[in-house]
Amino acid sequence: MIDILTAIFLLVGAFFVLVAALGIVRFPDLFTRMHAGSKASTLGLGCILVAVSISFPMVAVVAKSILVLLFVFLTAPVAAHMIGRAAYLLKVPLWSETVVDELKGQYSEDRRTGS
Amino acid sequence: MDTVLAIVFLLLIASLALAFVRLARGPSLPDRVVALDLIGTIFASIAAVSVVASGQPMFLDIATVLAVVGFFGTVAVARYLERNPTDD
Repeated sequence: MIDILTAIFLLVGAFFVLVAALGIVRFPDLFTRMHAGSKASTLGLGCILVAVSISFPMVAVVAKSILVLLFVFLTAPVAAHMIGRAAYLLKVPLWSETVVDELKGQYSEDRRTGS
Repeated sequence: MDTVLAIVFLLLIASLALAFVRLARGPSLPDRVVALDLIGTIFASIAAVSVVASGQPMFLDIATVLAVVGFFGTVAVARYLERNPTDD
């Protein structure tokens, strides 16, 4: 039973990490790529850490898994936000079919330099 | 269980290869940073799977350190890009 649960969580986690990598290669511009890369990979790592906790029900392992999980859940959005803002200030081009640019006019043009 | 672990490692290594494709192709510097961030997460995942594969809980420490270092690296490069907005 424990083996089956571990296997399921490991496979689901690896699948979501693969989805993240696939999105990072296939999506058309930086911002959609970040959408794939940061969320799906966080979920994948989370599932894998749950599998580790299930297969090693020791206090030290479970506590460390929760620590890593908490840290990744807190820091992945921060990192993605910072790269996104830096990229927007660098004028990384949006996808040609982008519908709305809600940051338009929110930054003064002299802060936005680059290509 | 061995088959499952082999499949899981295969999936993770395939995603590592895909992330390296984005790292090599770019086209902009933030694209490469996003790819590097993902590579850090994938390596942390591989370390976490190694705990199950080898029965050694110490691999979890590697996952912890990789998560921390990946975050600080990403933040450092993002700050650098905002301060020195040069083209790559």
